[in-house]
Amino acid sequence: MTWVLLTALMVSCGDSSSNKSIHTIDYSKDYPANSGGTLIDAMTGEPSGLIAMIAGESAASAIAGNIFNSLLKYDKNLELTGELAKSWEISADQRTITFHLKPDLKWADNTALTSDDVLFTWQKVTDEKTRTPYGSDFKLVTVAETPDANTFRVTYKAPYAPALDTWAGLHILPKHLLKDQDINTTAFARNPVGSHYYKLEQWKNGQYLKLTRNVNATQGQAKIDHLLSRIIPDKAAQFLELSADNIDSMGLNPIQYARIFPARPELNKNIALYKELGNSYTYLGFNLKRKPFDDIRVRQAINYAINKQEIIDGVLLGLGEPVASPYKPGTRWSNPVLKPYPYDPAKAKALLKAAGYEDHDGDGIIDKDGKPFSFEILTNQNKEREMTGVLIQRRLKEVGIDANIRVLEWASFLGRFIKPKEFDVVVLGWSLSLDPDQYSIWHSSQQAPGQFNFISYSNPRVDKLLEAGRLELNPDKRMKIYHEFSAILLEDSPIVYLSAGYGLSAIHKRVRGISNPAPPAGIGHNTYEWNIPQAYARSEMSEH
Amino acid sequence: MLKYLLKRFFWMIPLLVGISLISFMIMHLAPGDITSSEASFNPKASEESRQKLRELYSLDKPVIVQYSLWMKRMATLNFGTSFASHQRPVFWQTKDKDGNVTLGMIQEALPITLLINVLSLILIIAIALPLGVISALKQNQLADRVITLFVFIGFAIPGFWLALMLMYWTGVQHNWLPISGLQSLGHEHLHWLGKTLDTLKHLALPVFISAITGLAGIALFVRNGMLEVLHQDYITTARSKGLNEHRVIYGHALRNALLPLITIFGLSIPGLIGGSVIAESIFAIPGMGKLFYDAVLMRDFPVIMGILTIGALLTLIGNLVADVAYAWADPRVRRGVMQ
Repeated sequence: MTWVLLTALMVSCGDSSSNKSIHTIDYSKDYPANSGGTLIDAMTGEPSGLIAMIAGESAASAIAGNIFNSLLKYDKNLELTGELAKSWEISADQRTITFHLKPDLKWADNTALTSDDVLFTWQKVTDEKTRTPYGSDFKLVTVAETPDANTFRVTYKAPYAPALDTWAGLHILPKHLLKDQDINTTAFARNPVGSHYYKLEQWKNGQYLKLTRNVNATQGQAKIDHLLSRIIPDKAAQFLELSADNIDSMGLNPIQYARIFPARPELNKNIALYKELGNSYTYLGFNLKRKPFDDIRVRQAINYAINKQEIIDGVLLGLGEPVASPYKPGTRWSNPVLKPYPYDPAKAKALLKAAGYEDHDGDGIIDKDGKPFSFEILTNQNKEREMTGVLIQRRLKEVGIDANIRVLEWASFLGRFIKPKEFDVVVLGWSLSLDPDQYSIWHSSQQAPGQFNFISYSNPRVDKLLEAGRLELNPDKRMKIYHEFSAILLEDSPIVYLSAGYGLSAIHKRVRGISNPAPPAGIGHNTYEWNIPQAYARSEMSEH
Repeated sequence: MLKYLLKRFFWMIPLLVGISLISFMIMHLAPGDITSSEASFNPKASEESRQKLRELYSLDKPVIVQYSLWMKRMATLNFGTSFASHQRPVFWQTKDKDGNVTLGMIQEALPITLLINVLSLILIIAIALPLGVISALKQNQLADRVITLFVFIGFAIPGFWLALMLMYWTGVQHNWLPISGLQSLGHEHLHWLGKTLDTLKHLALPVFISAITGLAGIALFVRNGMLEVLHQDYITTARSKGLNEHRVIYGHALRNALLPLITIFGLSIPGLIGGSVIAESIFAIPGMGKLFYDAVLMRDFPVIMGILTIGALLTLIGNLVADVAYAWADPRVRRGVMQ
C-alpha cells in the first residue's frame, strides 16, 4: 500500500520536472563573460545572524563576507591591500595608522559610507556590552578619530603589527541603521545592509539565504546576479543534490574528490574539481610539563619516527602537503629553507637511546629506570584525526613506544583535559594564520587555563622574537623575525607538524572565470569575476 | 471524574518542577558551555572575552542560582533567548521597538516535525492495522510469515541508508522527487495547490522512511492483541451464536484488541514533537531533532531546557489523555477510576 501511495505520488509529479535535459548540454564551449544567473551552493550550518563580530560561526562569515566590506583585504597572493581604504600610512613611531577611504562610498541603501561608520564599528567592537569574543585586539587602540569624512586614524599605545590584519577582519557596519539598536539582539542581523557585492534578498529559516547583486557595491559589480546558499547539513545529501544538478557547488571530502569522482565519468562531464591550499594544519602536540616530553631528544625522536607522507597519503588520500612552519607554504611568512623532519626510525632510536630509553627487559617496549615508555594520544571526535592517531601509533610501536589512543567529545576534551593540562600528547589542528603573529599560541606568558599555549611551550628566544614581531610593522623586517621564529620552533619540536589538507570543491562547469590552479588565497579570491553564460543558466530560475 | 482530572492536573506541577530540576542538573554535569565550542577555540578570541560572555549569560554563577533564574523566567512563561550569539527567542516570536518580528526557534521547528510525525503515524496505522489483523487470522501461514518478515526488515533496515538509496533512486536517477529540503526554490510563486503538492513531494520520502521503521511495533502489537482476543471465551460465544465471521472479527475481536493501542498512542504524543536527527540532517529538514541536537552540541542551555520542558509537559499530558481515553473506551477501567 505504501508503495502504491508513493508510486502514485512519484508518477503524478514525474512529468512536470523530468524534462530537465541536463545530461545533453555541452559545457565545453566558450562564451564571453556576461552578467546574470544564479549560483547555488550548499552549506552544512545556518548562520545565527550576519553581524560577523557577534555570530562567529563559519556559516555566518561565509555569507557576511559577501555583504560587508572591511577597511583592508588580502589579495590573491595573500598580501594586504585596500578594500574600503584606498591607502593607509603608518607613522614614524609605528603607533598611528591613518586609513584614507575611497571616494564616494555608498551603503546598499544609497546612504554615504564615511569614516564615521568606521569609528562607530570600532566603538561597537570594543564596547563592554557587545557580546563579541573578538574585542581584545581593538581595545589596544587608545585613540580613534575621524579628521574628515574620508579619513580614519587609530593610535596604539605601542606599535602593534597584527593591527592591519585585524582591520582586514572587521566588517564595517552602518552607523545610521545601528546607532539606536542593541547590537546583540538587533533585527539588523537578519536583515543587514552592507556595502559589498551582494545584499540579502531573502532568508528562509532552515532552508536557504538568497543574495542579490548590490548596485551600489563599493568594489565594482559582480557578474553573477544571485547567490543562493542552501542549508543541507548532510554531506552525502549535498553530493546527491550536486549529482542531480540542483546545486552548483559544494565542498568535498578527500574520498569524494579522489575516489567517487574519478569513478563516475558522467559527473565529470558537468562538474569541475578544484583544490586549494587549506587553512589549517594537523599537529601532534606534547605536554611539555610532563616527563619525558620536556626532553628535546625525545620530542625529536618521535618527530623522526612519524611518517608524515604516509599520513597525507592514508588519511587525506594524497590531498595535502607537509608543513614545516605554522604558515601557508608559498606565502611571505613561510620560511622556504625549512624542511619537515624526514621519516628516519634509526635516528629516532638513536635519539631515544641517548635520552636513556632502551628495551632492557626485552618486551618490545623501550624503558628507562624500569618504567616502560607508554603514553596516551588524545584527540577529539574527528575521523581524520582518529585515523592519523592510528598511523602514528603503529610507527611509534616500531621504535618501541607504546601509545594508546583516546577519542573524546569536544567539550569534555577541552574542559577535562586541555584546560587542566591533564594529557600526554594531543592530535589537534591550528589555522595557518594569514598574519604571522602567534603570540597567544607560543609565548610563555600564555599558559594559564583557557589560554592557547596549553602545551606549556617556553623558550626565551622565541618569546623575544614574538614580542619583536608584534612591534615591527615593516613587512620585510617582520618576515625575517618570523622566519627565525619558525626555524627555532622546528628545531625545538614542541609539536610535530603532521599535514595540511587541501580545500576541495566541486563546481558546476556552467560557472566560468574560476582560477585554476588556485592562487595562495584560493579559488574564492575573484568570485566577482565568476560568471554563468546565458546559454548555461538554469531554466527553472527564470521566474525569479 | 472531574475531581480525578483536577487531582491529576495538580500533580503535574510538582512533577514538572522535579523533571526540570533534574534535567537542568544533568545538563550542567556535561562539561563545557556555550563559550567552549570547537569554533570558539580560536586564538583570536581571548580567554578574557570568553569570561565576559560567561558573565553576561550568568554561566559563572552556581548551578542552583542559574536554575532559580530560569525558574523565575519560566514562572512568567518566558522561555528566554538562545545563547547562540544572535539570541533568537527560544519558544515564541518577539517584536522589537521598531516592529521587527523575530520568530521563535521552537515555533518554527515544531510545526514541521509535527506534520511529518502525524503523517507518518497516519500512514503507520493505515498499514499496520490491516497487516496485523491479516497476520493474526492467518497465524503461522504463509501470509503471516511474509508480513512478519516485511515489517521486521523495515524495522531492522538502517533508516539513513534506505533514505540515501531512495534519494538517489527517486531524485538523481529518475528525478521523480526532490532530494532534500522542505520546499522548492520558487515555492512562493506557486498557486496554493502547487504549493501543497510541492510540500507533499518534499515530505514523501521523510514520511515514508519514518513510517517504515515504525511499522513493526504497531503491526505486531495488533497481531498479538488479536491472537489473544481470538482465544477468549466471548469470541467462542459470538461464533456459537451464529454470527458471521466478519462481525466476529471486526465487531468483537478487533475492538477489544485495539484497547491497548490507546496507551501506545497516548505515550507517542511526546514522540510527535521529537524529530529524528539523522533523518532531518539527511533530508535537510529544519525540525525539532536537529534543533535539539545542535543545541546540545553548542551547550545552548535555554534551547535545551525549552525543548525538554515542552517534552515533559507533553509526556504528562499524553499519559493523562491515554488514561482518560482508556476509561472512556473500557467500562472496567472506568469503574476502577470512579472508586
